[in-house]
Amino acid sequence: MTSVSTRSIVWARRRRSWKQLGEQFRRSPTGMVGLAIFVTFAALALAAPLLFDASQLDVTKATGGVYESPTARYWLGTDDAGRNVLALVVWGARISLLVGLCATVLSMFIGTAVGIASGHFRGLIGGVLDRLIDWFLVIPFLPLAIVLATVLGKSLLNIIIVIGVTSWPATARLIRAQTLSVEGRPYLERAKALGAGDLHQMTRHVLPNVMPLVLANTTLAVSISILSETTLSFLGLGDPTAVSWGTILDDAFSTGAISAGAWWYLAAPGACVVLVVLAFNLVGRALEDILDPREGPQ
Amino acid sequence: MTLLEFDDVSITYQSAQGPVPAVRNVSLSLPLGQTLGIAGESGCGKTTLADSVLRLLPKNTQVTGHIRLDGEDVMAMSFGQLRAARWAKAAVVFQGAQHALNPVQRIETQLAEPILLHEDVGGHAARVRVGELLEQVGLPANRAGDYPHQLSGGQKQRVMIAMALACRPSLLIADEPTTALDVMVQAQVLDLLSSLVRQFGLGVVLISHDLSVLAGACDRVAVMYAGRIVEEGAATDVFAKPLHPYAKALAGAFPRIGDPAFRYAPAGLPGDPPFPGDLPPGCPLHPRCPIAVDACSTVEPLLTRHGDRGAACHRAGEVLV
Amino acid sequence: MSLISGPDTASRSSVPGRRGVLAPGVRYGLSRLLSAVGTFIFVILFNFFLFRLLPGDPISLYTRGRDVDPEIKRQLQARFNAPIGEQFFAYIKNPFVPELPSQRFSAPVWDVIGPRIWPTLLLVGTATVLATVFGVWLGIRSAWKRGQRFDKIATTVTLVLYSMPEFWFGMILLIVFSVGVFGIPGIFPVGGLSTPGVDIGTLAGMADVAWHLALPVFTLTVIYLAEYSLVMRASLIDEMGADYLRTARAKGLREADVRRRHAVPNALLPTTTLIFLNLGFVVGGAITIEYVFSVAGLGSLTVLALRGPDIPLLQTLFLLFSAAVIVANLVADLLYARLDPRVRT
Repeated sequence: MTSVSTRSIVWARRRRSWKQLGEQFRRSPTGMVGLAIFVTFAALALAAPLLFDASQLDVTKATGGVYESPTARYWLGTDDAGRNVLALVVWGARISLLVGLCATVLSMFIGTAVGIASGHFRGLIGGVLDRLIDWFLVIPFLPLAIVLATVLGKSLLNIIIVIGVTSWPATARLIRAQTLSVEGRPYLERAKALGAGDLHQMTRHVLPNVMPLVLANTTLAVSISILSETTLSFLGLGDPTAVSWGTILDDAFSTGAISAGAWWYLAAPGACVVLVVLAFNLVGRALEDILDPREGPQ
Repeated sequence: MTLLEFDDVSITYQSAQGPVPAVRNVSLSLPLGQTLGIAGESGCGKTTLADSVLRLLPKNTQVTGHIRLDGEDVMAMSFGQLRAARWAKAAVVFQGAQHALNPVQRIETQLAEPILLHEDVGGHAARVRVGELLEQVGLPANRAGDYPHQLSGGQKQRVMIAMALACRPSLLIADEPTTALDVMVQAQVLDLLSSLVRQFGLGVVLISHDLSVLAGACDRVAVMYAGRIVEEGAATDVFAKPLHPYAKALAGAFPRIGDPAFRYAPAGLPGDPPFPGDLPPGCPLHPRCPIAVDACSTVEPLLTRHGDRGAACHRAGEVLV
Repeated sequence: MSLISGPDTASRSSVPGRRGVLAPGVRYGLSRLLSAVGTFIFVILFNFFLFRLLPGDPISLYTRGRDVDPEIKRQLQARFNAPIGEQFFAYIKNPFVPELPSQRFSAPVWDVIGPRIWPTLLLVGTATVLATVFGVWLGIRSAWKRGQRFDKIATTVTLVLYSMPEFWFGMILLIVFSVGVFGIPGIFPVGGLSTPGVDIGTLAGMADVAWHLALPVFTLTVIYLAEYSLVMRASLIDEMGADYLRTARAKGLREADVRRRHAVPNALLPTTTLIFLNLGFVVGGAITIEYVFSVAGLGSLTVLALRGPDIPLLQTLFLLFSAAVIVANLVADLLYARLDPRVRT
């Protein structure tokens, strides 16, 4: 009976501090702008089938002329096959955002698990995990991603795996540092003295305290994931049947949009990437400022 | 000759929540060759007062009244005059020497910096002087090439003192010089300060929350609470026979071994000092004061003189033990 | 990007006055060297096992979608059907040179890689140097004028640039300044390292190369500089609350000197670390920008290799890039020790 009430006290406290976080976030202009941009794009992505019929993506069913500059009919002009660029861009939002978010979930999951474990377990396991994080951190991202994507093959799932597997170390390192600082606190010693096992300590004590940092880091991780997906798709490693902002840019570049002067075909998908990545960066920075404020002399 | 004078000085910060009066109507004076102690808990305004002498306060701070260094009004000085006065006329030994030194510069560079800035000497002469300064504070001259992290807490404090003396100022302001040091090291640092005062005839303002430290090292002591001076007088008087209940509590908070009366004396006051931006009406101490009466919650007592001493308490006259 | 903390200085603090068998600076250097070697061994092992442990037939990777000479096919089968221990030892003998030649170029891998090294070094080196100089300056200026108009504009611009895919920025620049849109004349070359037929050994030839590299270098510089500036700004703002700055002011120093002599040197420490730690992204930038601007360097070679896929070439390039970044990180660690006395003494 006592443990139930203790737990409910703890959860009430946690709910309060999350609520506080939300209130502080609402007061941050940069954070709110970022959130607004993201919500807009998410809404567009979800509404894509309602706004533009899927047939507009089909090269064989294109109705426009080649490389038409923006007109009243085609707000963002057409591509080299006569497709409506605006339709491409709106549909592209779905894959770009989906891959970005899924890859982030994967990378955060691995990164948080490895980070907490390496911070918690002393001795051999912790040491090995620690080395693993450092080694992976050093290997340059794009060559590794290229090699992995080449070996695994071109599919949506593989791209998610590749990005997830290459981005976890940065998160892990951050979480590890935070875990070490949390573990130094007295209440964890008390928990250990009371017989708390490793898993209990890590999930019940360390994880909730590390969560705010994980949250701030996640938003920044999403922006990295989206940029990564765009880059990999641009290089031709994406799913050839999927339309994402990266694949649009790949098509544009390979079909000579530059020499044709078809700026609309290039500008639109790229601008979307910039806006969404910026949105997540702004939210991430706002969260970081709330959780770890840097007060310079006023 | 009055070295330092505070003439009805009030200092107000601008914060996000509105103006915060950190110091209110403080008047003090320090002649050359004397040591003045300022005591109080954190947040009472003593560091603000100390920082104001060399205008080290943040930009949007309002200062009224006059702060006179060697007769000159500090607030009226041009920035050039101020920079010349800094360190050469008055120097500060800051709180927390741990972080007051640049971690990536050698000690000798930091010690030589003010010398090269204020005096027209070359690098070699400065280095010689650095060696002298280190010796004056009891550190071997060969430590000059060390970095701050290679020194212990007590050694860092001595370096701060040596640095403060570099340009031979007439006024030394030491802000909590013994906090965070071991008791033995505390005693050494205080002895050092006293011997330097004797040797060079400096005026010293010693700031601490530890009244017992001030009692031994200072000629006069002023006790601050909520930005005001609540008691002022000769050090031994204030410590042994305090007039103001706060001063009494402060004096009583530090154990005197072998003193049976101490065992029964009230130790400390309940509650916390008020936030300077949110002071209670009347006397700021009245919510915590053991001898408060009705008048205390409506009228704020001014510093009234009782002979050589001053106390800001409606009941000061009665509390003579 | 959130700031990853730099080397853990707390773990290296020493008892004042104690000296070990080796001078602490040397000890630190050796430990970093050992760590770098360890990382490289890991990369070599990773390179080997990646192609053999993943699902699928490794031979099909080599032969995917192309006609392969039956002799080569036989060689491949012989190799991959050998016991894995034997394969491993054959690999270890010289991990840098794959036994097979480059498939696309039908030449030994290093013959293909060799001539492409200097263009990449030139491109990336120039961009990094310029980005560091301007980025650090911008970061310092923004931090010191925090909250003022300069800072607000600079921070907004750098944030937008930081969110931008570098290859997209390059393409936009190409379309505006090489092809010419909205009436702007296209004067820059559309790509390539030099005009065909020009001897790059001559002074005129070098100028030609410089002209061709102008846009790609500019692209990379601007993108890198955004990150460096943000990092430097954050680092300096962190430093500005430090107590020792108050000491410096109290001594009578001018604000500019307080900043220059005390704040900046301290703020440069985490900045240096972070700049080097992000060298992986510099490599990524090289790959995409060389592709967009058709610069015949290692980056565009990588893209060619992945299109094949030309496995021997890809593997070697991966090793090469990893080695470069490992070495750069080692240099960063040693440089940090040089700058921060708390680490080396």
